[in-house]
Amino acid sequence: MELIKLRDLYKTYHLGEIDVPVLKGVSLTVGQGEMVALMGASGSGKTTLMNILGCLDRPSSGDYWLDGEETSGLSSDQLARLRNQKIGFVFQNFNLLARTTALENVMMPLTYAPVGIPDREARDRCVALLHRVGLSERSDHEPSQLSGGQQQRVAIARALVNHPPLLFADEPTGNLDSHTSEEILQMFEQLNADEGITIILVTHDAGVANHAQRVIHIRDGMIEAGSPAADAPRTPTAGRESPHTNAPPKETLS
Amino acid sequence: MSWLSKRFHSRTLRTAFRALRRNIMRSALTTLGIIIGVAAVIAMMEIGNGSSKAIQKSIASMGADNMVVLPGTAASGGVSFGGGSATTLTPNDGEAILKECPAVRAVAPVTRARTQVVYGNKNWVPLFIYGTSPSFLDVRDWTELAEGDSFTEQDVRNASKVCLLGQTLVRELFQGASPIGQEVRVKNVAFKVVGVLSSKGANMMGMDQDDILLAPWTTIKRRVSGSTLANVNQSAATASSSGSTTAVNTLSDIYPGQSALYPIPSDIQVADTPLPVRFENIDQILVAAQTPQEIPVAIRQMTQLLHERHRIKAGDPDDFNIRDMTEMTRAMSSTTSLMTNLLLCVALISLVVGGVGIMNIMLVSVTERTREIGLRMAVGARARDILRQFLAEAIVLCLAGGALGILFGRGSSIIVRTVLHWPTELSLGAIIASVMVSVSVGVVFGYYPAWKASRLDPIEALRYE
Repeated sequence: MELIKLRDLYKTYHLGEIDVPVLKGVSLTVGQGEMVALMGASGSGKTTLMNILGCLDRPSSGDYWLDGEETSGLSSDQLARLRNQKIGFVFQNFNLLARTTALENVMMPLTYAPVGIPDREARDRCVALLHRVGLSERSDHEPSQLSGGQQQRVAIARALVNHPPLLFADEPTGNLDSHTSEEILQMFEQLNADEGITIILVTHDAGVANHAQRVIHIRDGMIEAGSPAADAPRTPTAGRESPHTNAPPKETLS
Repeated sequence: MSWLSKRFHSRTLRTAFRALRRNIMRSALTTLGIIIGVAAVIAMMEIGNGSSKAIQKSIASMGADNMVVLPGTAASGGVSFGGGSATTLTPNDGEAILKECPAVRAVAPVTRARTQVVYGNKNWVPLFIYGTSPSFLDVRDWTELAEGDSFTEQDVRNASKVCLLGQTLVRELFQGASPIGQEVRVKNVAFKVVGVLSSKGANMMGMDQDDILLAPWTTIKRRVSGSTLANVNQSAATASSSGSTTAVNTLSDIYPGQSALYPIPSDIQVADTPLPVRFENIDQILVAAQTPQEIPVAIRQMTQLLHERHRIKAGDPDDFNIRDMTEMTRAMSSTTSLMTNLLLCVALISLVVGGVGIMNIMLVSVTERTREIGLRMAVGARARDILRQFLAEAIVLCLAGGALGILFGRGSSIIVRTVLHWPTELSLGAIIASVMVSVSVGVVFGYYPAWKASRLDPIEALRYE
C-alpha cells in the first residue's frame, strides 16, 4: 500500500526576474511501513522535496498523493490539518518550546487537533508517550534541563502525539554525538518495526542513511537511484561521526 | 457545538497564559504601558472629578443654586407699580415650598429695609438690612460665622431684637472692636449683636455683600419697617427711607407709641370699623435647590405649589415671579464641560500611548518567536489559530494591565487625597470605560502583530535564526 506517491513533481522558485528550478520532475513512491532515507548534497533540492512531502510547501506542478489524498489542490488550512493528523516532524535543532515542560511540549500539537480530546485523556496519552521514549522521570523538566538526546526524544514524542502514519526526520542526529545518535536512530527503527510508522530520514550522512531500508539519492533536483530495502546494510558502522557532533545541542526556541 | 467552541476558547486562553508566563518579564513590561495608561486615566478622572466638584461647589456658594421668589406686580387703573409690588407672598408660602418641593434644599423669607444703623457716635446706612430666618445663612452657604452665633428660630418667633452684622458694617461702626453683645440702633430700635458674618466680598454686580445686617424677619417687619403700607414694597421703602433717615434723630420719635397722632378710638368705633385683616407679607423668598442642576425642576415644583396656594386659575397672570442665577449656572456648566473635555483628552492620549507600547512589544515578540510560530504551523496550526493566539495574548495582557491599572489609579488618587489634600471623587464611569478601552486597545493594537505572525511562511519561520 502506497503512503506517498509523487508523479512528475516540479518546483520552481521565482527570484525576481530569474526562475530557479529546484525540482525537475520527481516521481517517487513510498509504501506504508517503509523506512526511507532521503540523501543529497546541499543545494540538491533535498530540503525542498522534504518541505513538499511534509505539506509545508506546494509543488509548482505535478501530483502528490498522501495516504490516497491529492494534496496540490488543498487550501493552506486543509494542509495544516493534514500536517496535524498525518505527519510528525522531528527537526535537527529539536524546536522545543523553551521554559515549557516536556509534557506540555508533547501536548502542544493536540491544541490544534480538529477533534478535541478531553484534557485528562490528552495528558494520559502524553505521559504514556514520554514513558515510551524513556523520559517518564523527566516529564516536568524544561528543555534547558535536558540533554540533547533527551530533547530529541521529547521531540519524537511530540511528533507521535497525534498518531501520524508518517514521520519526517530532518537531520535528526545532526546536533547529537555519535552515541546519542545511535540511540535515536534505534528508536526510529523500533517505531518503524513495532508500530509500522513510515519514516523518512532526511540526511546527508551515509551512516545515518544506513539505518534505512531504502536510500533515495537526489542530485540537481532529480532522483538518482533508489535502492530496495531488504539488502541494505544495517550494522552500525564506525565512521559515523558527522561534522556536527562537536556542536553541543542546546538549541531551543526562545 | 457551543460546548466545543467554549472548550476551544478556554484552550486558546490557556495557551496564551502559558506563552505569557514563559516570558514573564516581557509580559510585565508590555503590560506596564497599559497599567500606566489606565492608572493615569483613573487617577486623572478621580482628581479631575474632585476638582470639578470643588469648583462647582465654590460656584454654588456664590449662589448658583439660589432662586428668588418675588411677589408679582400690583396695578391700579392701568398703572403698574413694578415687580415686587404685590403683597401676596407670605412666610407660609416659604414653609410650604420647603415642605412640598423635593428639589428644594432650604428656604428663607426676606423682608427688606433701608435705614440708618447707629452705634455710639458712629452711623452707617448698610446696603442690605434683611429680616430673615436662620436658614438664610444655609441658603447663601454662609454658615461659617466669624464670631458669635446666628439668631435662632426662637428669636424669629419672639421677634427678638437680635442681629448679625456683616464685616463692612462691623468695620464702619466698631473700628475693629468686637461687636458681640453690643447694641446697635436701627430706627431707634436697639438690636443686640449676637454674631458677625464671615467676609463674602462683592457679588457679581459689584455690590458689597458684607455691607449687611441680618435680623429675624418678624423683628424687621414689625419694629423697623413698621406696618405702614409704604414699607411693604421696595420702591416705597426706598422712598420712605430717605425720610426716615432724616427723622431718625428727631426727638419726637424717640419714644414711639407715646405720642398719639390720632385720638384713641373707642371700643364701639373699633367694632364699627374693623381693620382689614392683613396677613403678613414678605418682600421675597430665597430658595436653594438641592443641586444647581435641579433648578428647573425646583422652579416647576414651586410654580405649581404657588398656583395652588394663591388660587391662580390656569390662564390668569401669576402674582409671583421666580428668578434663578442664569448667568452663574451657565458659567458653571461651561466650566464643567471644559473640565470633562480636558480630562477626556488626557485619558485618550495616555491610552493611545499604552496601546502603541503594547503593539511595539507584540511586534518584537512576533519576531522573537518566529521559530515557535513556524513550529506551531508545522504541527498543524492554521493561520487563524496563530492569529487567535497572539490576539488572546494581547487581550490577556490588556485585561491584566487594566485590572492592575485600576488598583494603581485608585491607589494614587487615595494618596493624592491623603497627602496633598486634593479633593478626589470615585468615578465608576472612568473604571468601566478604561477597562473597555484597554480591551479594545488590546484588540486593535494586538491585531497587526497577530496578523503579521499568521502570515508567516512556516518554512521560513522554522529556519529563522
